[in-house]
Amino acid sequence: MSTATDTPVKAPAAAAEPEVSNLWRDAYRRFRKNKLAVGAFIVLVFLILVAIFADVISPARYDYSNLIDANQFPNSQHWLGTDNVGRDFLSRIIYGARISLVVGFSVQIIALLIGVPLGIAAGMFGGWVDYIIMRGVEVLTAIPIWLFALFIITVWQSGETNQSNGLLNVILAIGLVGWVDICRLTRAQILTLREKEYVLAANAIGAKPIHIAIHHLLPNALAPLIVAVTLGIPSAIFTEAGLSFLGFGINDPLPSWGKMVADSSSYIRVYWHLGLFPTICIAITMLTFSFVGDGLRDALDPNLKT
Amino acid sequence: MVRYLLGRIIGLIIVLFIVSVLAFLLMHSIPGGPFDETKNPLPPAAKANILKKYGLDKPIYEQYINYMGNALHGDFGISFQSPTETVIDLIARTWPVSIQLGLLAIIVAFTTGLAAGIIAAIKQNTWIDYIVTFISTLGITVPNFVIALWLLLIFSIQLGWVPTGGWPTEGGEWTSAILPVITLALGPSALVARYTRSSMVEVIRSEYIRTARAKGLSARVVILRHTLKNALIPMITILAPQIPNLITGTIFVEVIYRIPGLGKFFVSSIYLRDYPMIMATMLLVAALWSITYLLSDILYTVVDPRVRLS
Repeated sequence: MSTATDTPVKAPAAAAEPEVSNLWRDAYRRFRKNKLAVGAFIVLVFLILVAIFADVISPARYDYSNLIDANQFPNSQHWLGTDNVGRDFLSRIIYGARISLVVGFSVQIIALLIGVPLGIAAGMFGGWVDYIIMRGVEVLTAIPIWLFALFIITVWQSGETNQSNGLLNVILAIGLVGWVDICRLTRAQILTLREKEYVLAANAIGAKPIHIAIHHLLPNALAPLIVAVTLGIPSAIFTEAGLSFLGFGINDPLPSWGKMVADSSSYIRVYWHLGLFPTICIAITMLTFSFVGDGLRDALDPNLKT
Repeated sequence: MVRYLLGRIIGLIIVLFIVSVLAFLLMHSIPGGPFDETKNPLPPAAKANILKKYGLDKPIYEQYINYMGNALHGDFGISFQSPTETVIDLIARTWPVSIQLGLLAIIVAFTTGLAAGIIAAIKQNTWIDYIVTFISTLGITVPNFVIALWLLLIFSIQLGWVPTGGWPTEGGEWTSAILPVITLALGPSALVARYTRSSMVEVIRSEYIRTARAKGLSARVVILRHTLKNALIPMITILAPQIPNLITGTIFVEVIYRIPGLGKFFVSSIYLRDYPMIMATMLLVAALWSITYLLSDILYTVVDPRVRLS
């Protein structure tokens, strides 16, 4: 976790190098030195590849079931066994990675789309705009995020006449309540950055506030935002797994790791593998994103440490 | 100070008001109601009577005003899923279980986290430090239903040391409390350990600790009286938000270990569309969270007089 010790060591080396140093190059150099973060990044790339090429690498379709093969322990034909309706468990785990990552990334995109503009508005305009936005933020922090998401999903689920797989609902619900951190962070960044001299200069030559926000403030707030998004992905994945675990998330036949854990709980005394494998995948995914996120934070802003 | 507090309390009331309106609207936009019948249709007159009894035939704003009027008098209505009890009775029956679980978890989390953090700070950059850091990272990042399942697999199913579920005061054995408490405590404990470690490390380097050492005080006194006291201040902001979270019952832990607490009950309320119960629980949780945040801010100024509220 601690990379602060590296920083003073390599500072003179950086100064000696002829190439111009900028934020991203320095960050890359610092990140490369953090073995844990690099290791996690490799695992992350592997996970993403698995998710993208799920169709190619998985031995069977995630929804192909063969009841004769139901409830098998791991064996040479089904490496991770089969579930209670005879679906190859490895394939479901692989497709589950795709679902988890899709949820994680899409939720953060929604959170950015809502949180950044609101954060900029709150930080730039202040006054009643700020007051209203911050009350909204407070409302969403007054209740655990997934509880709100749970609530929204229940409302939507029962509103549908056709049976949907729940993926879109889950993404929208978590995104709609998950922008709070991004918004708060953007606002805080704007408030600090707008005191800088270059903003004064931009003001002096008559730039409009929106122009200043987008062209001068936002690029400088990019580093903390990237960190926040990286750390936001695992919490979105966790929320999805949790909702699916409670039965309010993604529905069969789509494979969700959280749902697979829930389905396994009735058979867990005998078929332990049905509970073990998805939980291991959830844990690995969460750890990977956290390590990469922590590494990015240390690399992008050595002063900002928890 | 008084002005600041008044502002915060007004803000808190506004937030609770918005939460209540939101919850009420969302809840009533769920199609279907608690008295929809699929198997044994009621005569229309009887159904109208029931709807009238529970006030479900009135326009929604009137229902809201009625509800809030009663709620402010402490009457949250009658639970649909258990019509012989009022909502308050039900919460009074299920919440204590969650509170016991939560308090036990907080105590365990705080003591183990503190001990681990101190040891890690003193033995900085040794293998003890690395193990503590590794476990605390695990505790913070891995979701508690995953940990719950792992503990269940190992200690109840493989080893058979403890029961798979239940709660001591609800007819279970006392050992049934062990796994849920550990599961719930792991995350907060990891947080406490991490912050204790980093603020201890910071304080150990400060000048008054050097002075204390130079005076010839024993290592124990320096650590406990000088270092720890100052390292504890940031802990308030870390631990405070955990409290409402823990005592309102973490749903996953209660579901996995079959503990009849508020969290488990909340899930069944959503399944059964028990409006009064959902509303009351949401308001309870929101109020607890907002009040805890306010209290922790106030407490912070008491512990550290340098911090001013404004």
